[in-house]
Amino acid sequence: MSIEAGGREKAETRPLVDLVARRRREHGQRRLKVQGLRLLVAVVVLGGWQLGAQVSDCNSTGHLCVVDKFFWSQPSDIAQKLWTWLTQGTDLGPIWDQVLVTMEETVGGFIVGSILGVIFGVALGRSRLLADVMGPYIKAANAIPRVVVGALFAISLGLDIKAKIATAAILVFFVVFFNAFQGVREVDRNLVANARILGAHDRQLTTEIIIPSALSWIIASLHTSFGLALVGAVVGELFGATQGLGELIYAAKNNFDAAGVFAGMALLAAIALVAEALITALEDRLIRWRPPVTTETRI
Amino acid sequence: MQPAIELRGVTKRFLTPSGGVYTALRELDMTIGVGEFCAVVGPTGCGKSTTLALISGLEPASEGEVDVFNNPVKGIPDGIGYMFQADAVFPWKTVLENVAAGPRYHGLSSRDARDRARDWIARVGLAGFEDRYPYQLSGGMRKRVALAQSLINEPRILLMDEPFSALDVQTRSLMENELLGLWAASSASVVFVTHDLEEAISLSDRVFVITAGPGTVKSNYKVDLPRPRNVAEIRFQPHFIEIYEEIWKDLKDEVLVSYERQKRGAA
Repeated sequence: MSIEAGGREKAETRPLVDLVARRRREHGQRRLKVQGLRLLVAVVVLGGWQLGAQVSDCNSTGHLCVVDKFFWSQPSDIAQKLWTWLTQGTDLGPIWDQVLVTMEETVGGFIVGSILGVIFGVALGRSRLLADVMGPYIKAANAIPRVVVGALFAISLGLDIKAKIATAAILVFFVVFFNAFQGVREVDRNLVANARILGAHDRQLTTEIIIPSALSWIIASLHTSFGLALVGAVVGELFGATQGLGELIYAAKNNFDAAGVFAGMALLAAIALVAEALITALEDRLIRWRPPVTTETRI
Repeated sequence: MQPAIELRGVTKRFLTPSGGVYTALRELDMTIGVGEFCAVVGPTGCGKSTTLALISGLEPASEGEVDVFNNPVKGIPDGIGYMFQADAVFPWKTVLENVAAGPRYHGLSSRDARDRARDWIARVGLAGFEDRYPYQLSGGMRKRVALAQSLINEPRILLMDEPFSALDVQTRSLMENELLGLWAASSASVVFVTHDLEEAISLSDRVFVITAGPGTVKSNYKVDLPRPRNVAEIRFQPHFIEIYEEIWKDLKDEVLVSYERQKRGAA
C-alpha cells in the first residue's frame, strides 16, 4: 500500500515541477514586457517633446511652431537644470535642503492630519450624537476649497514650517476623516456582537474590533492623502517661504524659467512615487490578514 | 430541574425601516434547565434567532421577562457563549488570537490567554493551525475556531444559531459529534436554533417547536434517546423515527403557513 502510494507520488511530482517552472517563466516574461512598454512610453513622450521643441522656431512668424521652448522648455534643458541644481545648488541653497524642507512639511502635515482624521473619524463614527451635531459643520468645512486656508496660516503662523504643516494637515484631515468615519460605520455588526459576548469592554471594542476593521478604509485613504499633503506643503510655500521645492518653483516662475518649473515638478513626482511605495509596504504589513487578490493590478 | 433560562410572556417588536411595527415574538414562554441541551425548531422567519438575542441581552424584550439563572437580563449576562449563524471570527486575528480573545477580555494576561487558547485549539482539532488567518481556513475549520472561541470562556449557557448550516453533510455530523463530546464534558445548558428537525432531535434533550411568525412556543417534546449518541447513526433507530414523526406533524403545519405567506408576499 505504502509502496504504491509512494510510486504514484513520484509520478505526479514531475509534471508539477514543470508546471511551476512554466508559471515562473511566464511571470518573468510578463514582467519584462511591462518594463519594456513602460520604457517605450517614456521614450515616446519625452522624445516627442524634445523633437517637437527642436524642429520648432517660434520666434519668427511663418515658421513651424509645435512646442515653444520658452513656455514649455524641453527634456534636455530640464535634465540640465536638474544637473545644475545637483552639482552647483540652487539660488536658494543646496537642492537637498529644498527637498528635505518640503519633505518635512509634507510628512509632518501627513502625520498630523492622518492622526487627527482617525481620532475624529472614529469618535464620530462611534457616537451618533456627536456625528449628528458635528455633521453639517464638517460638510460645510469640507466644501470650502481648503487650500485658501493656507493664506490664513501664512498670516497667523508666519513663514516657517508650521504654516505649511498646518496647510498640508488640513487637506489630509478631511480625506482620512471621512474614510475612518465610513470605515467605523461599516463594521460588521456580527463581529461587534461576538466581541461583546466574549466580554470586550468599550475600549477593547474600539481598539480590537472597530479600528482594525476600519483600517482597510483608512489605509486606502492614505494613498490619496499623501499626494494632498504634498499639495498642501507646496501651496503653503507659494503663500510665502524662504526654502523648499514650492518656493523653488515659484522663483523659477518669476524668472520665466520653464525648465526650472518642470525640474521642480519632476522632483515632486519622485517624492510622491517613493512615498507611494512606502505606503504600499505599510499597507501590506498592516492588512496581512486580507486574502491576497489574485488578479492584482496596482497603479 | 433548576431553570437556567426562563422566558415568560415575552413579546419582541421591531420598527421596520418603513416605519411600521414588526412583531417577531408573541407571548413566548420557555424554560430551559441547567445542563439541558435544547433545540428550537420552526419555519423561516419565526423569530428563532430573536429568542437567542433576547437571552444574550443583545436585544431587550418589548414585553415580558427574561431571566438567566433567576436574574433578569439587563445587558449581557455572565457566563453566556454565543455561536452566530454567520462567520463572526475576527478576520484580522490569527486562530490563536481569536481563541485567546475571550480570556483576554476577562482580564487574563496575554500569555496565559494564549496558553489556554492552545489547549482549546487542540481540543477542537486545529492544532498546527494557530498562526493561520481565518481566510486561510475552510468553512468547517472557521466553525471550529468559533466553537473554541465560545467554549474557552466556559459558558454556563451556550447559544447556537444554526451554527453548522453552511457546512457539508459529512463535516456537519463530525462537528455535531464533537459538539456533543465537548458539551458532555461541561455542564452548560445549550439552546440550539436550527431549521433541521433531524439535527434538532439527534443533538438535544428537548425540542421546542415555534409557530410561524410572530413566534410563540407551539409545543415541546422530550427526546429520551440514550447518550452518548452518534449523530450519524442515531437517525436509523426506530425510536428516533417515532419522535421525528410526532414532532414533524406539529412542525409541518407551521412550515406550510409560513410557506403560504411567503408565496402570497411574493405574488
